[in-house]
Amino acid sequence: MGQSATPRQKVAWLIAIALVVLYALIPIAWMISLSLKKASTIGTDTGFFPKEATLQNYSDLFKSGSDFTHALINSFGIAAIATVISIALAAMAAYALARLDFTGKALILSGALAIAMFPAISIVGSLFNIWRNIGLFDTWPGLIIPYMTFALPLGIYTLSAFYREIPWELEQAAQVDGATPFQAFTKVILPLAAPGTFTAAILVFIFAWNDFLFANTLTSTTASRTVPATLAFFTGASQFDQPVAAIAAAAVIVTIPIIIVVLLFQRRIVAGLTAGAVKG
Amino acid sequence: MAGDVATAPSAPVAKEPKRGGITDRARAERRTAWLLCAPAVIVMLLVTGYPIIYAFILSLQRYDLRFPADKKFVGFSNYADVLSSHTWWTDVFNTVIITVFSVGLELVLGMLIALVMHRAIFGRGFVRTSVLIPYGIITVVAAFTWLYAFQPTSGFVPHLLGLSQDPFASRSGSFIVIILTEVWKTTPFMALLLLAGLALVPDELLEAAKVDGASAWQRFWRIIVPLMKPAILVALLFRTLDAFRIFDTVFIQTAGANKTETVSILGYHELITRLNIGEGSAISVLIFLMVILIAVLFVKGLGTSTAQQRGEV
Repeated sequence: MGQSATPRQKVAWLIAIALVVLYALIPIAWMISLSLKKASTIGTDTGFFPKEATLQNYSDLFKSGSDFTHALINSFGIAAIATVISIALAAMAAYALARLDFTGKALILSGALAIAMFPAISIVGSLFNIWRNIGLFDTWPGLIIPYMTFALPLGIYTLSAFYREIPWELEQAAQVDGATPFQAFTKVILPLAAPGTFTAAILVFIFAWNDFLFANTLTSTTASRTVPATLAFFTGASQFDQPVAAIAAAAVIVTIPIIIVVLLFQRRIVAGLTAGAVKG
Repeated sequence: MAGDVATAPSAPVAKEPKRGGITDRARAERRTAWLLCAPAVIVMLLVTGYPIIYAFILSLQRYDLRFPADKKFVGFSNYADVLSSHTWWTDVFNTVIITVFSVGLELVLGMLIALVMHRAIFGRGFVRTSVLIPYGIITVVAAFTWLYAFQPTSGFVPHLLGLSQDPFASRSGSFIVIILTEVWKTTPFMALLLLAGLALVPDELLEAAKVDGASAWQRFWRIIVPLMKPAILVALLFRTLDAFRIFDTVFIQTAGANKTETVSILGYHELITRLNIGEGSAISVLIFLMVILIAVLFVKGLGTSTAQQRGEV
């Protein structure tokens, strides 16, 4: 169809694409613009763009001992550890599901599907209670455990879809050519499996980085509060005295890593999201 | 790992060879497979299975953390209290409203975006990249962005639209902003799932229909939609369950004010704010049952739609 596009069709496509891009990016532009407004003008300067731009909000965020710095460290650390553990467990299961023949495959897949649909709110009370009793409340493991668990279905589905595409015969071929099983695995299979595994890791990281429900209920101090929970409790309980400019600046900062990841790995993320879903 | 699979066949038939003719090799393979799956399965059971059972046990007790001495088995009376309360049913209604409107809008918008991504003759990568940003952004951040855009003290929207009133001062206004935020954030996910379904529609079929004089509209409704039905149902299932569990956006934007409380927010308030573990757990279990109900309905629909397709083709 592409080759026969008339100028009129091209213009129509241009408009369609522009609309989609504007849809996606206007709220981002608004957040950036809001973060550049002077905190004192927030109530009066209600245009889309700031009348006078300043980076003051950003420098205020990182003042010594700010909650935000702690939150960033907690978010990165917790999401990274949860991702590594979750992907390790999911990779083993996905290898078995993609490569080995055994009864109970369907059971494991539907179990994972059930966890994917599981309402987290239903176990928040139990975890709150259990964590307080065994000392996991307001600790890193207290969040890492639910994150790695709820990320497992995503990991298992995406990874088993990727692993199914790997030409596993190559491993045997390498062994025939004199490679040891270990060499065959590390030199042949690992390079083929790495991109898919990395993609799944990105998706799992985004998932853990995003969570608010567990972060809100299973933490109480800067010891383990992640970014979403810190933003929500930036100041007083009333939503009317929120420090709008500071929250906007913080929002921009935590969105930058997402934008970088999306720019670098757009193709892979799309492949990962669709690979896991097609089989459903 | 491939190693232990290969060694098996030489072993004599010492262990019951009768059972459906399972060879030792197959048995070894099965054992390896289960060993590999075991950690993931155990973690999933421990972290979701055990707590949901514990939640059920807690829901049968009068258990308020502010009065821990009063803890007592009360049977199903927490459920009776919740189910006979006006708040519960209002919150169920609110949750259903948000779910139906946001998922409905997402389906329409997501389909349009999927078609643009699928058919675009240029700029595909650019469109995908921009669309992935709302997908990747933290929900709490998205909620703040839309809150501050619509809030008259900070936002540009009320002035742009000439709104005379704070959207968050009314129930319908709050719902609209909550739904728009949800739609913005999650339509990209819907679009990507639909894109995967679109890729399965054979181009030749569309070309043939075009040659036979079918309009674009007819091709969409008569060919694309029927062939995509399973993909659409899967996307709807995931998004419906997700929307039904909505927590972050409502918590940030209204915290349940103006009768916008959803079931998840109610559960949170009961468990964490009021520390009423017994009644909060009853709410948790009820939400769990409702999610199962929705999933069963969808899976049934999905089953019949794929069966129909197999029968017809």
